Amino acid sequence: MSEKFDVIVVGAGPAGTSCALTCARNGLNVLLIERGEYPGAKNVMGGVLYRKQMEELIPEFWKEAPLERPVIEQRFWMMDKESVVQFGYKGLEWAVEPYNNFTVLRAQFDQWFAKKAVDAGALLINETVVTECLVENGKVVGVRTDRPDGEVYADVVVLADGVNSLLSKQLGFHKEYRPDEVALTVMEVINMPKDKINDRFNVEDNQGVTIEIFGDSTKGNLGTAFLYTNKESLNIGVGTTLSSMIKAKLKPYELLDYLKNHPMVKPLISGGESAEYLAHLIPEGGFRSVPKVAGNGVVVVGDAAQLVNAIHREGSNMAMHSGKLAAEAVIQAKQRGDFSESSLNSYREALYGSFIMKDLEKYKDATHTFEKYPQYFNDYVPMMNKAMSKFFTVDGTPKRDKQKQIIKSVTGEKGTLRVLQDIYRAWKAVK
Amino acid sequence: MSTKNLEEKQYLLRFKCDTKSHLTVLDHDICMTKCPDKLCTVFCPAEVYKWEGTRMQVGYEGCHECGSCRIGCPYQNIKWEYPKGGHGIVFRLA
Repeated sequence: MSEKFDVIVVGAGPAGTSCALTCARNGLNVLLIERGEYPGAKNVMGGVLYRKQMEELIPEFWKEAPLERPVIEQRFWMMDKESVVQFGYKGLEWAVEPYNNFTVLRAQFDQWFAKKAVDAGALLINETVVTECLVENGKVVGVRTDRPDGEVYADVVVLADGVNSLLSKQLGFHKEYRPDEVALTVMEVINMPKDKINDRFNVEDNQGVTIEIFGDSTKGNLGTAFLYTNKESLNIGVGTTLSSMIKAKLKPYELLDYLKNHPMVKPLISGGESAEYLAHLIPEGGFRSVPKVAGNGVVVVGDAAQLVNAIHREGSNMAMHSGKLAAEAVIQAKQRGDFSESSLNSYREALYGSFIMKDLEKYKDATHTFEKYPQYFNDYVPMMNKAMSKFFTVDGTPKRDKQKQIIKSVTGEKGTLRVLQDIYRAWKAVK
Repeated sequence: MSTKNLEEKQYLLRFKCDTKSHLTVLDHDICMTKCPDKLCTVFCPAEVYKWEGTRMQVGYEGCHECGSCRIGCPYQNIKWEYPKGGHGIVFRLA
């Protein structure tokens, strides 16, 4: 296998495939290497795929891609032990083309997407681990795989090897991530008949619902839970930062069982049958954790570059967009015949000029603020629930007095100054 | 719905096991003497790690390859590699 390619892409997830597809379409000779039995075999996500960045790669993909349901309603739950404060948005404009986002099952979607790259001319090799980057004179010139005689060469190597990017760490682009820079998430796929899902979630066949759950879903730890509707199954999952998991000595599967048995959640999933249990890390370090993304003969995309916006549960769309931007930089580099870091830095510039890094910068302090001040999850969510309960319980108390009591109970418990500080801090973290 | 315990959940999965572990505890003495909490036995989502009095047992066959143990071990005492190509866990759905 001592062939030379224009581009070697490591990892056939959304970032790698997007990059391989774009390069192949522009006539480059692309090798796409996947360590799983097939693309998607090693991948997990909650299941929401946004339309926009995918559409830029494959127009009207929803007509042929294996998708579950277009999401027409997004709910948010602030959950306490036996109650929930909820808000959300449901819009029928999302039920028609071009849609906003979809629930998807990755093992199917990734295979379909990778096939598009193959159709465009990329060579996909499954069941192959890239063990290291080959570096000569300070430039990445190829990769070593775990196949016999498995060295392959290329002008550019694209690292799309996911949250556990051992390769970018090998190159010194980042140190080992800290437990507060990653979230450990576990989920289950629960099979359920279509009609039952439609009834319970108040939707029709081709309409989906997502619910993000804060508060007691993580026992007050920094993290969220989610419940998404597929065609004939539900995805239910929960995750916290690995540091919270360690600090609170949580077992992730017990947290998931706690969620599944929560009185606010149980009625939605009861009667379903567990079909799969999955665990994965999510890179949630944000802006400050983004490693070096371009070097001599190499670029880093997707989860490997920590491109996840945890606040807006965006990730696969960022992965796809970063893959596309990387491909464009590689194509230009090919035209110049220059694969040095300064040439490939056009990817870095494009990435930092895009919505991806603008959004990550906007929330650069969010995770760390909420990690350092856990009261948002374990104090304010229960307080909010108590306040709503008080406000809506009719017991002869005039509403004005109730308002006063609610404000007094919040400020009385924590002190007015501390409440104002907390509000200001949270606003600063997400402004 | 019937709640499955972790062992039953693991049975829902497909694994294509290698004969060689991709996870290695570098120094069992560190687990014994420095790490009273044995955190990997707590947060590992597949209970790959089990403390057996003097040694850390590593049931790599059920590993989800999430990477938590590599990042979460307070002593960087776990050598973490990817299983051989095509081996390890095979997710079928999400």
